[in-house]
Amino acid sequence: MRILVTVKHVPDLQSNRSFTDGTVTRTADDGSMNELDEHAVEAALQLVEAAGEGEVYALTVGGPDAIAAVRKALQLGAHHAIHVSDVGIAGSDVFGTAMIIAAAVRKLHAEAPLDMVVTGMAALDGLTSMLPTALAAELDWSQLTLASAVSVADGEATIERHLPDAHETVAASLPAVVSVTDEANKPRYPNFKLIMAARKAEVPVWTLADLGIDPALVGGDAARATVVEASERPPRENRRHVTDKGEGGRELAEFLIEKGLA
Amino acid sequence: MSTDTVAVLIEHRDGAVTPPSLEALTLARSLGTPIALWLGDAPAADAVAQLGEYGAAEVRVVGIGDDARLPAKAAAAIAAATEDAPVLVVISTFVTKEIATRLAVLNGAGVVVDAAGASRVDGHIETFQTVFAATWNVRTRIDADRAIVGVRPNTTQATPAESPGAATLTQVEATLPQTRERIVAVEPVDQGEGVPLAEAPVVVSGGRGTNGDYTLIEEFAGVLGGAVGASRDATDEGWISHEHMVGQTGTTVTPALYVACGISGAVHHRGGMQASGTIVAINMDPDAPIFEISDFGVVGSLFDVIPQAIETIKAHRGE
Ligand SMILES: Cc1cc2nc3c(=O)[nH]c(=O)nc-3n(C[C@H](O)[C@H](O)[C@H](O)COP(=O)(O)OP(=O)(O)OC[C@H]3O[C@@H](n4cnc5c(N)ncnc54)[C@H](O)[C@@H]3O)c2cc1C
Ligand SMILES: Nc1ncnc2c1ncn2[C@@H]1O[C@H](COP(=O)(O)O)[C@@H](O)[C@H]1O
Repeated sequence: MRILVTVKHVPDLQSNRSFTDGTVTRTADDGSMNELDEHAVEAALQLVEAAGEGEVYALTVGGPDAIAAVRKALQLGAHHAIHVSDVGIAGSDVFGTAMIIAAAVRKLHAEAPLDMVVTGMAALDGLTSMLPTALAAELDWSQLTLASAVSVADGEATIERHLPDAHETVAASLPAVVSVTDEANKPRYPNFKLIMAARKAEVPVWTLADLGIDPALVGGDAARATVVEASERPPRENRRHVTDKGEGGRELAEFLIEKGLA
Repeated sequence: MSTDTVAVLIEHRDGAVTPPSLEALTLARSLGTPIALWLGDAPAADAVAQLGEYGAAEVRVVGIGDDARLPAKAAAAIAAATEDAPVLVVISTFVTKEIATRLAVLNGAGVVVDAAGASRVDGHIETFQTVFAATWNVRTRIDADRAIVGVRPNTTQATPAESPGAATLTQVEATLPQTRERIVAVEPVDQGEGVPLAEAPVVVSGGRGTNGDYTLIEEFAGVLGGAVGASRDATDEGWISHEHMVGQTGTTVTPALYVACGISGAVHHRGGMQASGTIVAINMDPDAPIFEISDFGVVGSLFDVIPQAIETIKAHRGE
């Protein structure tokens, strides 16, 4: 079982997230591996363990700071890491990013076949959940998204997915792109040995040229949509708080009635 | 592309048009000339009439049945039916995001999902939305020749067209691709009587503070005409099913009124509700983070506050 996991470097949820010139501000200080990608790493490790053999590659696409994301994946137990970084990548939209990841997948797949790409369900910066689908389409591999459970047997992967209107069981032939939700598993804690090894690990950096990608097809200039304005929202006004001393429910009801909400 | 046709992917349940679809049609009218796109068995006359009333000049039907559950097939069906429409509006859900992405890979469209609105500026579609748990406003211009906009429910007020015409019904034949994915089983979720969470104008949510008893939450939601939501901790405990989970990995909601009861307001929860109109919180802990974003907060026990609030509202209504 040979699996590639995609991990994204995103601003920390608890930090003051912001925009600079139409893109998400990314700094080394308050960035980390997208929390939801921990579940992707865990799912890949469990599949390899269930198969009794195999390797997990962690891949990130992003600027120099993004290396922190793959180091985190190594701490969690990924066996190898790859960092795709190039000035031409900056500002890529989901389609550009999918093209880059697909090229990296093909490069690895040519060395020895990959069975699967596992991704998180969403990157917590944009929360679009579009990349896994775009990647499956780009690679023309099976698409199994939003899995809360995943298993492999006889060259086929089967997932469970919980949608608001239905619970689905979907199966597809390998190779497949599988995105997993935070319900799929409980990520393990990194152990000391892995933490030390991850710090020292040599992480190869692949450029657009290494991947044979025409820089005109990716990056900000190729993006199909552009953020033209971003502004911090003002805090809510006229906020009221009361302490219940026996009248809290009545006060709440009066607030709702006055606002026309009840 | 020179036409101003705006296709709207209609969401329907048991043959009825859903309220977000009427919102999407209303929005589409401000962007151009709407046509309604209907995947599945042809709609009944009253549904067609309603789509006409909200401005659809035409209803295009692609009878793809259960294949609509596979994004690659749904995208191919939509592509076949919307060649002449440079703009497509869908209601933003996990499934339509996948369909939109597939379609954009096919036709080169620019995509914005989870938008709160859109307008036409200098020939381009521009969208607005909130990001980072509704702490920022963002305006995005779609530069590609085709645009797909996923709009969140409850962000446009649905209004009938001023001078509606009768919508014509057209059947479109589409050749669907073979897919490797195969749906092995589908188990419908019992939606109960109420409105689905994502569409509800009012959401009353309970968290760990309910201690697993949702009776009061359900009663309060009933009185306010809303749906019941929950925090992740509550669904993890098995107190209430996963479909009720509000948050960035659950359902994102933007109701006019959100009532958080016994919920601390962790950043993951806030990510799914912070863009709501009015936010009310009931929590025993005055330092709970939910109070940082609430318009009206009651520091107290939900078991005291909710019954009194219900009683007061009923008395006001003369019930
Ligand atoms: C990757 C990831 C994704 C996540 N996604 C989500 C998500 O989508 N949605 C989500 O909700 N969570 C999510 N979480 C979990 C989130 O971080 C919090 O753990 C969760 O939201 C807390 O739920 P809670 O507020 O019910 O519980 P708690 O944080 O335990 O808060 C309970 C609150 O109830 C109050 N209380 C107790 N008794 C009463 C009473 N009688 N009356 C009034 N108040 C009372 C307490 O003061 C306390 O503030 C996610 C976590 C991770 C790691
Ligand atoms: N730049 C990136 N590098 C690596 N993985 C990514 C990147 N962007 C998105 N992903 C993966 O795609 C998943 C979904 O992201 P998104 O579609 O952006 O919400 C994430 O959880 C990651 O696994």
